[in-house]
Amino acid sequence: MKRKCDRCARPATHHSVEINQGQKIEKHLCDQHASEEGLAIKSINTPINELLTNFVKIHSSDEPERRTTGGACENCGLTFAQFRKDSLLGCPDCYKAFEEPLSNLLERAHEGGTHHIGKVPRRAGAGEQRQAMLMRMRKQLNAAVVGEDYELAARLRDDINRFEEETT
Amino acid sequence: MNLTNYTDHAGEWLRGSGPHSDIVISSRVRLARNIAGFPFVKRASKRQRHEVLATCKERIVSDRLAPNILWVDLPQSPAMDRQLLVERHLISRQHANASDDAPRAVAVGADETFAIMVNEEDHLRMQVLRSGLQLSEAFDQINRIDDILEDQIDYAYAKRFGYLTACPTNVGTGLRVSVMLHLPALKITGEIDKVRRAARDMHLAVRGLFGEGSEAHGDLYQISNQTTLGKSEEEVLADFQNTIVPQIIAYEQQARQALMRHREAEFDDKLWRAWAILTHARVMGGEEVLSLLSHLRLAVNLGRVNRTDIRTINELFLLTQSAHLQKISGCEMDAPTRRAARARLLRQRLAGGDRS
Ligand SMILES: [Zn+2]
Ligand SMILES: [Zn+2]
Repeated sequence: MKRKCDRCARPATHHSVEINQGQKIEKHLCDQHASEEGLAIKSINTPINELLTNFVKIHSSDEPERRTTGGACENCGLTFAQFRKDSLLGCPDCYKAFEEPLSNLLERAHEGGTHHIGKVPRRAGAGEQRQAMLMRMRKQLNAAVVGEDYELAARLRDDINRFEEETT
Repeated sequence: MNLTNYTDHAGEWLRGSGPHSDIVISSRVRLARNIAGFPFVKRASKRQRHEVLATCKERIVSDRLAPNILWVDLPQSPAMDRQLLVERHLISRQHANASDDAPRAVAVGADETFAIMVNEEDHLRMQVLRSGLQLSEAFDQINRIDDILEDQIDYAYAKRFGYLTACPTNVGTGLRVSVMLHLPALKITGEIDKVRRAARDMHLAVRGLFGEGSEAHGDLYQISNQTTLGKSEEEVLADFQNTIVPQIIAYEQQARQALMRHREAEFDDKLWRAWAILTHARVMGGEEVLSLLSHLRLAVNLGRVNRTDIRTINELFLLTQSAHLQKISGCEMDAPTRRAARARLLRQRLAGGDRS
């Protein structure tokens, strides 16, 4: 929707926001009224696009949701606002970076689905299983050492070594 | 093997065979995959996209996957070839029409049952397309291809979200199951809107194969799942195989019976008119041909017209499209010339018709 000039029915081409003693004053003016106000002179130096961007920036800063969407993905630099534009994420890490704001969206898009329960790639699956197995064995080893059962600890250490060799 | 071989026949999926092929034209199963360590396609640099392309090409064009895979680099392909691939359902329109220098390709299996798009929205979009209702066969085939590629490529995958895709609507299994259905009787009887509403309630997407929005020229509808997270591949396939498709088939069959019982004369007239026009017209438009072929297909399936077969009609749905017509003729044609060529092709292919 195109905004009309504050003073007449022509489309507004000049936008400005001033903060004056804590009060926000927005101005939307057509070319003619803007030049009367003295705004048009400024826009000779400031291309209209930039003016609009500044305008949008000022506006979006008072949207509370900006806090929850957080910053950009550390890996690819995509922001959540950029994602909103075309619904495309930038890289695999974006799923971590935006996990929270994505959760609602995913739930709505997938009939309430929040977690993957389908195929696991053999390698990733093996990796995960292997990690879980190693974690269990190391925990047992730790318990053995703490309990001063050195015989068991030695056996577990051998097991772990063998397991690591087998699965890499 | 090259693209010119493509013009005299249709892919396996239009053979008109397979279970329930009177109503189910084809079954399609698609997986979306990305390679770990790279940004998704849209955010990847040109150099990175070239790297993805080279990595994929090396793994795909090997005999491990299948013999005689056709690899097509799309930036180097003429627009007409790309259009041909779109008409054959081997690439998406988006993949065909991306900017000229965007590094991207498609690999096509010898019988066209599978195709792998590289650098579309995701690094890999692979599909298996088969005639009739063959979803589990299609899934087994794509799953095998996926396993072979996964042996050599690290996929972007996370425990909670599954296979990571550029668009979160595909994340999880990355699986899109679609069946293409021919539903002329539901259209004639005006019941098709009920199917649309029911499908929407079941979280399925319904699209006309030809035509924009709710238009479905040729009464061909594509029904696909939209949920990829929180549902296993088996669940999605079972929903289609055991519930969704059988119910729509039964509904279409009821509508066909009702038409024959209650409006036999008008119905037969509609079917025979389709035959008459298709075999005698001298000028044929691209939309008109679809609705006439649809009625002829129905007529043959019900045994009302016996002068041609389903396979021929299925192929004509494909061969009468612009790029195919022009490839067959071996030259570019303007719209009026195409309409005349289309009418000529129909008269030639529909045996028993006027061949003059
Ligand atoms: Zn004004
Ligand atoms: Zn990212």
